Amino acid sequence: MTNAAGTPRITDAVPQLHDYLIDSARRLGHKVALVCGGERVTYRDLDDRSNALAHALVRRGIRRGDRVLVYSDNTAETVVAFWSVLKANAVVSVISPSTKPAKLAHLLNDCQAAGLITDARHTAAFAEAASGAAHLRTVIVSGPVDRALVGGLPGMVGWSEAVAGEPTDAGPERLNIDIDLAAIIYTSGSTGVPKGVMLTHRNMLTAARSITAYLGNVEDDVILGVLPLSFDYGLYQMIMAFLMGARLILERGFAYPAEVLSTMAAERVTGFPGVPTIFATLAEMTTLARYDLSSVRYVTNTAAALAPKHLAFLRAAFPSARIFSMYGLTECKRCTYLPPEDIERKPGSVGIAIPNTEIWIVDEDGRRVEANRVGQLVVRGATVMRGYWGKPEATATRLRPGPLPGETVLYTGDSCRLDDDGYLYFVGRMDDVIKSRGEKVAPREVEDALLAVPGVREAAVIGVPDEILGEAVKAYIVREAGSELTEKRIQRECQRQLESFMVPKYVVFVPELPRTSSGKIARNELL
Amino acid sequence: MKPAHHVTPAKQEDRHLKDRLRQFILESFWVPDAQAVKDGTSLLDSGVVDSTGIQEIIGFLEHEFGIEVLDEEIVPDNLDSVQRIADYLARKVKGGLPDTADAAGGTSTA
Repeated sequence: MTNAAGTPRITDAVPQLHDYLIDSARRLGHKVALVCGGERVTYRDLDDRSNALAHALVRRGIRRGDRVLVYSDNTAETVVAFWSVLKANAVVSVISPSTKPAKLAHLLNDCQAAGLITDARHTAAFAEAASGAAHLRTVIVSGPVDRALVGGLPGMVGWSEAVAGEPTDAGPERLNIDIDLAAIIYTSGSTGVPKGVMLTHRNMLTAARSITAYLGNVEDDVILGVLPLSFDYGLYQMIMAFLMGARLILERGFAYPAEVLSTMAAERVTGFPGVPTIFATLAEMTTLARYDLSSVRYVTNTAAALAPKHLAFLRAAFPSARIFSMYGLTECKRCTYLPPEDIERKPGSVGIAIPNTEIWIVDEDGRRVEANRVGQLVVRGATVMRGYWGKPEATATRLRPGPLPGETVLYTGDSCRLDDDGYLYFVGRMDDVIKSRGEKVAPREVEDALLAVPGVREAAVIGVPDEILGEAVKAYIVREAGSELTEKRIQRECQRQLESFMVPKYVVFVPELPRTSSGKIARNELL
Repeated sequence: MKPAHHVTPAKQEDRHLKDRLRQFILESFWVPDAQAVKDGTSLLDSGVVDSTGIQEIIGFLEHEFGIEVLDEEIVPDNLDSVQRIADYLARKVKGGLPDTADAAGGTSTA
């Protein structure tokens, strides 16, 4: 295969992320790549549709390296949008539609987004957020748009109008190389301001290849995508499926477990990536045995070591499946995995370094510590991010010089230890950041939301161990005199301001918060 | 809209129930445009609720109406709009769901 200029196929050299979609479309054009919301989309369709949308982006002013936000949930349009941004030589960031307008506005300005791709269902939220986004050149909206609500937005266009007449046979001219940015994934920072993790094509390809290698993914895999595409664990299910030429069964979420189980059985799902909340829901279902889940050959869990009771449940529910317990952070995607055969031998461990990654533990002075000593986990490898967008100081904390000149390695901020055999055990975070449901929660962001609730005088938030969530968010509240706020009321108010994984699971009312001598809240005294 | 005196008691009860459900939804979730949550609006599609939200709705129904929502009843046909929840509750409260699996799978309430 040659390109227009007659040179060898690009994927024969060093590929970019989307080359795998293009390659799978060449090899398996008629294969169904994506099943989503009743739609069955072939590789050819996905490639064609993302080519057209990529041209539409370029025509509407998106240039190499521009940031484009995709504000939508798990739909076929989100999948097409993701690949189209890469084909347009731009940088993609998928944002959950549960992100409230004020935060979306912040994100649009933070990365100076030039484009926004979204759906009419989210009009009320994005119209408000995008109206103040100074750098936006185009907003492409799928579905029926209420023009009255979005009339003033710059470059607003309906999806079908945007792609009409655009070429589908190939994407725009390739300008990027593999060390250019492919994506920015936002994660919570300890100050409460979200940080955009910058990832290159090479970063993401290295991670995807490493993970598919240890999972043993094959072209015949049918992978379930119930986790949000805005969450890197969810996003990589799509990337890895298309890298292998496999099939992705994309679900809106796990709101209706019985429906997801029916789909898993009907589609003969082979790969089931989940989180403990999902496994806990399944474990409580009395009707689970009705579904034929015998096709599932592997189940994955991330964020924390699998609790023994979840492991026992998964063994019983998926007798022929290999069960993978994994751990990582957005800044390098994945650090470790526990080989299924070691799960009994190394209880509580999150395993060994993923292929093509190196890990070690350092003390406070940055010196490597011996086995079984707790210290900070350091990660070395091509998966390590390029830094946080526009935050050189935060970047310098995490990325520090490595063994080779000019090289940087990731200081994770996670306290861990390695045993004598090199198996990793996660101990906790070194900062206040809470890891709940696999996502980082900044106490500050939750506290700001709590302080906005009428009747709250002071608020402090900590993480407490939780079998299902890893850590659960717990809030300590000092009420204003006469306030009759209840736990439920506080949770509802938080629900309106925060993404649902940030809402405190527990709310405790206290007469006052413990303070240090300098007047800061003494979090370590809250428990 | 019909004048109030033409509304039958059953319809009035249905209206009252739906208002109560809508009030719960508007109080519990972030709804940018309250007018947009009509009886038939899909709660999931419109982004009003997510997986966690469905659990909240189930908790509300179990607590407020003294029912138990069975696993197989947690399907969009029963829960994905104000109208569907009202219809489901009406069947459930009146004991109209002797075989819940049939009701969940076979009843279209759209």
